[in-house]
Amino acid sequence: MTPQLAGQIELFVQVVIAGLLLGGLYSLIGLGMSLIMGVMRIINLAHGELMMVAMYITFLLFSLIHMDPYLSLFVVLPALFLIGAALQKYLITPVMDVESVLPQNQVLLTVGIGMVLSNLAQMVFSADYKSVPVSYASKTIYWDVNVGGQTISLSFNFPFLVAFGIAIALGAALFLFLGKTDIGRMIRATAQDKRAAAIMGINTKRITYITFGLGAALVGAAGTLLAPVYYLYPAIGGPFTSKAFIITVLGGMGNIAGAVLGGVVLGLGESLGSVYISLGYKDAFGFIIFVLVLIFLPKGLLGKSSV
Amino acid sequence: MSSGNMLEVKSLDVFYGDVQVLWDVNFEVKQGEVVALIGANGSGKSTTLATISSLLTPKRGSVTFEGQPLHTRAAHEIISLGIAHVPEARRLFPDMTVEENLLLGALTPEAKKTRPEMLEKVYTLFPRMRERAKQLAGTMSGGEQQMAAIGRGLMSKPRLLMLDEPSLGLSPLLVGDIFRVVEEVHKQGVTVLLVEQNVFKTLTIADRAYVLENGQIVHSGTGKDLLNDEHVKKAYLGL
Repeated sequence: MTPQLAGQIELFVQVVIAGLLLGGLYSLIGLGMSLIMGVMRIINLAHGELMMVAMYITFLLFSLIHMDPYLSLFVVLPALFLIGAALQKYLITPVMDVESVLPQNQVLLTVGIGMVLSNLAQMVFSADYKSVPVSYASKTIYWDVNVGGQTISLSFNFPFLVAFGIAIALGAALFLFLGKTDIGRMIRATAQDKRAAAIMGINTKRITYITFGLGAALVGAAGTLLAPVYYLYPAIGGPFTSKAFIITVLGGMGNIAGAVLGGVVLGLGESLGSVYISLGYKDAFGFIIFVLVLIFLPKGLLGKSSV
Repeated sequence: MSSGNMLEVKSLDVFYGDVQVLWDVNFEVKQGEVVALIGANGSGKSTTLATISSLLTPKRGSVTFEGQPLHTRAAHEIISLGIAHVPEARRLFPDMTVEENLLLGALTPEAKKTRPEMLEKVYTLFPRMRERAKQLAGTMSGGEQQMAAIGRGLMSKPRLLMLDEPSLGLSPLLVGDIFRVVEEVHKQGVTVLLVEQNVFKTLTIADRAYVLENGQIVHSGTGKDLLNDEHVKKAYLGL
């Protein structure tokens, strides 16, 4: 094998690895939105803003008491769960109860919630870029592989590797929770048939609070995991809301297994596109995939919704 | 339980929006009975059951079960009082396995304690369900789905079982099976409120029945009496 070919392979594998690692985080973001979509049938357009809130909590804990971001997950997950559940209980549910001319009022409400959150963040933290400068932010693990007599050197960014591992663990925990526990089954039952769920004795309103809380906690985890490798600023939520939306549509609205796949596809698409086409269009690739899926697979990669 | 009635429905007026669908509906179910509500499509049978289950709120009238008012409660509180509702068109959770559906029938604290026994009991009543335990409910045939739906209703150990058109869309052979199951469940001490369009079979097994027409009860009597009633014969039995 020629050194040139080895170099090509090295680049390609490296790009795929970066895409997969990023895709793990995207999956976590998409899982939360898909769960909410599956149960409440609404797109949560404040999803990225909830992630932003989680990032600022992580930032505060780090700068005030030097808490490691990974450790701060133990604060962020419950905090975001409570914020999400409260948003559902006090804002979204009352609007869902009203028979309105516009059935998608709840979706507009989430847009408003997102605006309030990002403007609150701007009031409190100013619009300046902040960061969580952990010592291991640019730590990299190298791995040399011998391919056809040539050495290929692969590198793994440490925070992304950890984020990927935690994202997989949280995703697996979510699937176990939904599949094996009573509350998990109650959430799925509510998503599949709300009326029948009520007959079974399920307080479906309470289930919507728990579901929104879980969705917020999942995207919050993604925010915390991104904090060591990203800058944070009040408007960071918007792009991530659209990413979450793309992932949810890719996977098939409300299909949570599809959300994992959608996340990985988006991560790979961005990574491959920015290296082989142009870095400047990184955020455009998601939308290109999105439009292609809408045209050719309008029900998403995995078809119908299933929680 | 001053009046000795298990379930008492009194002067029920129910509306969908501005449209009145039940007009002054009165009936009662005594402990240990099989009571049937019969009537044509759209006569208000399912609406009556949905109102008992608090899925609908009556504009006037009351529903009491063992002396407790039901119409002031939320839908999810009804099952814990001892009433199970097997809804029209089965309404299983289609993307869950049969076993998961059955487990969801036993969510009250009381029922959770006896889950393994009740699961065993349902599997004994419907051996087919044991074979299908790991199959997704939505992929089963109509008859199997109906068995799963009745099984799910029994999981909460109800004192009153409300069945909404359990024979709808089933082959005559399966209809027979379903009615045999209803009798079997009744023999085990469960009071049954049965809504049906299969009038002949229903009146054969019912202690008493009420005939609903256009949201009003127009007739009532024992199953036998109604089988011989000229109006019922003409309108529902085609005789």
